[in-house]
Amino acid sequence: MLNRTAENVARATPEPLARKVRGISDKGLAWLFISPTILLLLAINIFPLFWAIYLSFTNYRANRPNEVVKNLGLANYQRILGDKDIWIAMQTTAHFVFWTILLQTLIGFTLAWLIDRKFRSHAFWTTLILVPMMLSPAVVGNFWRFLYEPQIGLFAYAISFVTRIPPTDIQMLSNVSLAPWSIVIVDTWMWTPYVMLICLAGLRSIPEYIYEAAEVDRASNWRQFWSITLPMALPFIMLAVLFRGIENFKMFDMVNLLTGGGPGSTTEVASITLKRQAFESWRTGYSSAFAIILFVAVFGLANIYVKALNKVKQR
Amino acid sequence: MKSSLKLALGLTSAITASTAVSNVAHAEDLTLCWAAWDPANALVELSKDFTKETGIGMKFEFVPWTNYADRFLNELNSHGKLCDLIIGDSQWIGGAAENGHYVKLNDFFDKEKISMDDFVPATVVGYSEWPKNTPNYWALPAMGDVVGWTYRKDWFSKPELQKEFKEKYGWDLGPPTTFDQLKQVAEFFQKREIDGKTVYGASIYTERGSEGITMGAMDVLYSYGFQYENPKKPYEMEGFVNSDKSVKGLEFYKALYDCCTPPGASNSYMGEGVDAFKSGQVAMHMNFAFTWPGLQKDENVGGDKIGYFVNPKGPDGEQFAQLGGQGISVVSYSDKQESALKYIKWFANKDVQAKWWSLGGYSCLNAVVKDPAFPASQPYAQTFLDSMAVVKDFWAEPSYAPLLQASQKRFHDYVVAGQGSAKDALDGLVKDWTQVFEDDGKM
Repeated sequence: MLNRTAENVARATPEPLARKVRGISDKGLAWLFISPTILLLLAINIFPLFWAIYLSFTNYRANRPNEVVKNLGLANYQRILGDKDIWIAMQTTAHFVFWTILLQTLIGFTLAWLIDRKFRSHAFWTTLILVPMMLSPAVVGNFWRFLYEPQIGLFAYAISFVTRIPPTDIQMLSNVSLAPWSIVIVDTWMWTPYVMLICLAGLRSIPEYIYEAAEVDRASNWRQFWSITLPMALPFIMLAVLFRGIENFKMFDMVNLLTGGGPGSTTEVASITLKRQAFESWRTGYSSAFAIILFVAVFGLANIYVKALNKVKQR
Repeated sequence: MKSSLKLALGLTSAITASTAVSNVAHAEDLTLCWAAWDPANALVELSKDFTKETGIGMKFEFVPWTNYADRFLNELNSHGKLCDLIIGDSQWIGGAAENGHYVKLNDFFDKEKISMDDFVPATVVGYSEWPKNTPNYWALPAMGDVVGWTYRKDWFSKPELQKEFKEKYGWDLGPPTTFDQLKQVAEFFQKREIDGKTVYGASIYTERGSEGITMGAMDVLYSYGFQYENPKKPYEMEGFVNSDKSVKGLEFYKALYDCCTPPGASNSYMGEGVDAFKSGQVAMHMNFAFTWPGLQKDENVGGDKIGYFVNPKGPDGEQFAQLGGQGISVVSYSDKQESALKYIKWFANKDVQAKWWSLGGYSCLNAVVKDPAFPASQPYAQTFLDSMAVVKDFWAEPSYAPLLQASQKRFHDYVVAGQGSAKDALDGLVKDWTQVFEDDGKM
């Protein structure tokens, strides 16, 4: 039936067009279709990457187009790897990534587990929990900046109500010890729903009959959780950790809006340092080298992680 | 039929012709780029006279201060044609001159008989010359500006506060003339209840992202004896940037931040300072003079309630203030340089400069600021004049951006985050600045 329809369509195709199409092989046709995408990828991804690699070996500065560009060899890389401030920025990034992922995974999975109980009005609560994730980071950053304001901010008043510390002493964005946590709190508030959504997909994919078999074997709820729920949802949790890890490694907008890297350099994550070098100090060659180092670090870590994820899936 | 065809053709021709005429007029429009702030609005008003006189329309591209440098330096670096005229920051002059972004104005000034001797000397050096102190002009001084202080005259004049202050510190409560006095006044007002509201000592610059904390800290450092380099050996900074006097100055700035600023003022610059003063939070407020006309007019804190004073003296009696302000330049990538030069010629005119001051701009023309009527023309006019007489500016080297970023980091790390000592911060600054000049091949 299907063959007959295809023949009818072929017969109905005007002769000149049919001849033209007949002139191109399947492989040629495939290339024809994917070539615009490949060209676009080359223009906006591959070429800039190779250009950045080239620039990373030079002293090029975008604000001095007339200056002679010198080849510096590996000098930019050596300087970056020996720069104390860069390592501090990397440590700040690692601190931020670790705590946000830990909190988001714990809270996200717990929320997903609770939502999966399918209690009354669970759909309403799911939608409500997802709201922060749907907001623009620019809106969230500005909104939390006001909430954290020590003189008029609701956050300071709420903490003051509980702890009896005067609100003007709760300086979340100005205090060196509190500023990193203020960003962790906002990122966790915004992105926990995302982790929850992925975990929920994992929990919903566990077949019901496995739990039924466990019930027959009189396994306790605790035992079911450790032996069925967690192992079977683990690939999903790991996927969420991978996505959030990559995102938070390059976190820029939230930090820029909330603290701008301050006070001092307390919250200056790698992406803020990179932006300052590239677009404020205009050290294009140096910042290209730093970008390449960050790229290799994220790419390498993500690869190792994906291999671990595949092993977990194959278990 | 024929007559209606004629009518249609006639109408079409008229529309086409009028469109063409308006396009021609449109093609002559000049675009002036500057920061989005009060003086820019005054310039829009002022420029209407230029359009009236010459028929050349003016368009304006104003960008908020936080993005001003990024936006327009990107525009200049990419040889963009957006701006025909630009009022660029004083620190850009070296880079803009060396990279060919601005048209050199010497020949034009000679031809039009515009003399730089007619302008306030500090503004000529600060806004127009590159290299500094040489007769190479890249801009016409356009907007004089300097950091100074405002204070709450109404609070200072409360008899009960005056009495308490005199008993505590032994001198009459009034605008401070030294930094020690300034700290005493700030401490006196910190967390004090006035009219049922908790108020704070002073709003100072602490902003990290662009140039805030450097502009603020330098106001203290200069008067404490800080020097950028050895006056006899350019770019030699050891012992000058990190001298004992500089260390004391930076320690003072941190002490002022720790004792006497409003809660959460860890990233405060011009806008935040104005907000703190206007909302009645602070007794004193450090800011550029451009904010004064707006504050003077403010219903809550302006009029008789506000006073002005020059940046105070340091411990050895030295007194300096951070220069702000900008010159107006013709962008070398503009296709309308002739019209742009006409605007510069018009703007240099004495009557235009007098109107510029009356509208809220700060003229740099001697004929305006040295007029006997000038000091009484506005309550802040004398403070502006006195401040302009003691100005110093940040590096204006082509590498000003990395130099500024280094000081922003070092100062903020020490003053706001409390990391290390003032000596560590200034030693680190010498190291960073040396690296920048070595990269430039100047050391």
